[in-house]
Amino acid sequence: MEIKNAVAGTLESGDIMVQIAPGEGLQVDLQSSVAAQFGRQIKAVITETLTGLGIDNAYVKATDKGALDCTIRARVTAAAVRATGKDVWKD
Amino acid sequence: MMFVPGNNPGMMADAHIYGPDSIMLDLEDSVTMAEKDAARLLVHNALKSIDFGGTEMVVRINPLNTPYGKKDVEAVVKAGVDVIRMPKTETADEVRELEAEIVKVETELGCVGRTLIMAAIESALGVVNAYEIATASKRMMGIALGAEDYSANLKTQRTPGGAELLLARESIVVAARAAGIACFDTVYSNLDDMETFRKEVELIKTLGFDGKSIINPRQIEVVNEVFAPSQKDIDKALRIIAAIKEAQAKGSGVIAVNGKMVDRPVVIRAERTVALAIASGILDKEEAL
Amino acid sequence: MRNTKVVTLEEAIRRSGLKDGMTISFHHHFRGGDKVVNLVVAKLAEMGFKNLHLAASSLSDVHAPLIDHIKNGVITKISTSGLRGDLANEISHGLMKEPVVFRSHGGRGSAIASGELHIDVAFLGASSCDELGNASGCPRSENAKSICGSLGYALPDARYADHVVVLTDDLVAYPNVPKSISACDVESVVVVDSVGDSSKISSGAIRDSKNPRDILLAKQAAKVIINSGYFKDGFSIQTGTGGASLAAVKYIRESMLEKGIKASFALGGITAHMVKLHEEGLIGRLVDVQSFDKVAAESIANDQMHQEVSAVEYASADHIGSAVHALDIVILSALEVDVDFNVNVLVGSDGIIRGAIGGHPDTAEDSALSIIVCPLLRGRIPCVVPKVTTLITPGKGVDVVVTEYGIAVNPARPEIADRLKAAGLKVVDIHDLAAKARSIIGEPDALPFGDRVVGIVMDRHGKVLDKIHNILD
Repeated sequence: MEIKNAVAGTLESGDIMVQIAPGEGLQVDLQSSVAAQFGRQIKAVITETLTGLGIDNAYVKATDKGALDCTIRARVTAAAVRATGKDVWKD
Repeated sequence: MMFVPGNNPGMMADAHIYGPDSIMLDLEDSVTMAEKDAARLLVHNALKSIDFGGTEMVVRINPLNTPYGKKDVEAVVKAGVDVIRMPKTETADEVRELEAEIVKVETELGCVGRTLIMAAIESALGVVNAYEIATASKRMMGIALGAEDYSANLKTQRTPGGAELLLARESIVVAARAAGIACFDTVYSNLDDMETFRKEVELIKTLGFDGKSIINPRQIEVVNEVFAPSQKDIDKALRIIAAIKEAQAKGSGVIAVNGKMVDRPVVIRAERTVALAIASGILDKEEAL
Repeated sequence: MRNTKVVTLEEAIRRSGLKDGMTISFHHHFRGGDKVVNLVVAKLAEMGFKNLHLAASSLSDVHAPLIDHIKNGVITKISTSGLRGDLANEISHGLMKEPVVFRSHGGRGSAIASGELHIDVAFLGASSCDELGNASGCPRSENAKSICGSLGYALPDARYADHVVVLTDDLVAYPNVPKSISACDVESVVVVDSVGDSSKISSGAIRDSKNPRDILLAKQAAKVIINSGYFKDGFSIQTGTGGASLAAVKYIRESMLEKGIKASFALGGITAHMVKLHEEGLIGRLVDVQSFDKVAAESIANDQMHQEVSAVEYASADHIGSAVHALDIVILSALEVDVDFNVNVLVGSDGIIRGAIGGHPDTAEDSALSIIVCPLLRGRIPCVVPKVTTLITPGKGVDVVVTEYGIAVNPARPEIADRLKAAGLKVVDIHDLAAKARSIIGEPDALPFGDRVVGIVMDRHGKVLDKIHNILD
């Protein structure tokens, strides 16, 4: 799937900013205030969400401010939709 | 009913701890056009994952005649929202159009009839059509006033006394009561003026509204205080309900409390008082039984 | 002419007989505005001292320059109540060979009084001082540059250190009375440009929290107090400075007015809120170890019923006469509380030191009712956990934990649980709170601690309570 540069989310507390760019394989670069305890989980949610959307090649830069998993899923999906131009909802 | 912007995950996760009766996640006015897609996904995922502790969840969608409305319906119905709030409702046809969209998604999911509708009335035409709107669908659970757009539409502005809203408020209460559904008043946005806010809540309670829309948890306490029935009212209501039960057990058709005949409206009011007391946390559910 | 004690800092240090390997001490009444520690240690470094033990009542963000002095071997050991900012971060990662020794305020007072913590030279900042060494945290002249009120944490140092140097930015005419530190305890007086940045020492006015979560927690904490059985005429109270703690005072005040109940005294760090209640006649006396804001500092300067206490008089476990023994109710905060009611206020859930013990274990243990107020979650960080990262206040001293998801009562205090339930408050099992937090945030991975000890937590009786290990990246 062709990918353009795209971003979703904010840097407010409880949110995560997700930037997607073209890449080889799935590469996730994560900055998080809770990296020690949740970094592994956050990366897993990002990867699963992208794979679920059929994206296997992308570079992701994520700046996390303590977002819950459901927020991470929403922001990754939003960034992916913007990057691919393919929405998850019907028109 | 507490309004929470649909693109703010921190506020969403927290909203229910303040104990509002319902939470309205907003996809409409509080979300910019550029963020409509992201907010929709955020609300969808939040509804699916967050335990809101049994709080009734409402989502205000964008109007169906915008590029966002139908996608909003799909996203929130799939996430199992309790109520869709339709903004700027002016006619019964609009309600039926929304219902058709909901049915489409529910049919796909195999859960037809799950999603309720609340219509926000925010224009002169909406007020004139209030009863038709209130009765346009079996799913209609309540109608609400949106005062900012309404007062602009009237070519006036909001005042602390709210004279400009009086007809709209009364029309909405009357329409809701005639249709047998709930009615909710508009928001009050000045968080620092709790006195005027309290007066407004007292006014709309007197007018007959079931509740108030709020924009901040700090406003919850005032609404609960104003709407909470007094201990005297609760005691009286409990006595009436006990008397009915006793009469029913005896098979007696005539009910009397303290020597006075109790007729149907009194019973209904007593039941409402007890329900309100439980909702306000004054009365324990077990105590009421 | 009278023999004056006023000398330069260098001369004062020379006179003190300070040698490599000795212990120097400081107080933290200038909080984030403090300039004394950095100034003195820079001078000691310049004079070539090495291997010193720095024993401060607490350290904060502003003390980051100590990192270089530690690297250069000027400071090789630290004792304190707390650490914050870059210094805390570096130490958590293993900056120092010798672990930092953490004590509570009461524990530090006791350790100094007993000689367990021997101070060779104390460097004590003061907002005013005369040429003989009578020193105060209150301004006494037109030229006053700073105000900190009580000097309670400096008093054990002044009394027990072998040699005392007062640093002041306002040298006033003798006699500078009422005094906090007596001329009889002081060997030298040093005049400096500034002991602290006033704007960072204390804020000017009461600021009520508008954070709805703080307000919710404060209302719950106030309800706990009012229904605890300890809310009766003549009660005594201490509160922390967190938003929820301060807001709780507001709601307790309303109930005091309504029920005609007055408090005998308020203890500890005194805030503008407490001063207001005192001035309204709702609190008889203010017993002040640390004036938290300008209003409190001005009150202690002018009001006979607002009195300073030393750290020993405030919270020593050794003295039955210390004020905490007479304390009924204390409201405290926490970084973490565990299912055994143990509290951590020192080490963040990322394993990095980011707080201070303060009077937490002292007041929790000796008060009749201790209430911890903390949110269940701060972002994705849980505050109610299966086991605290670092043990600071043992659970046996903690009675009630107030969160936005319910109130947990220590099973050792069933009578309090009963009273709160009877008042209609939502009393829950603390295990359920911990489980609720987990259900929202998921299961965190274990922190990557190394095997070096970077901190030792002493309990208030002088025993080792816990060890803090270095955190790996």
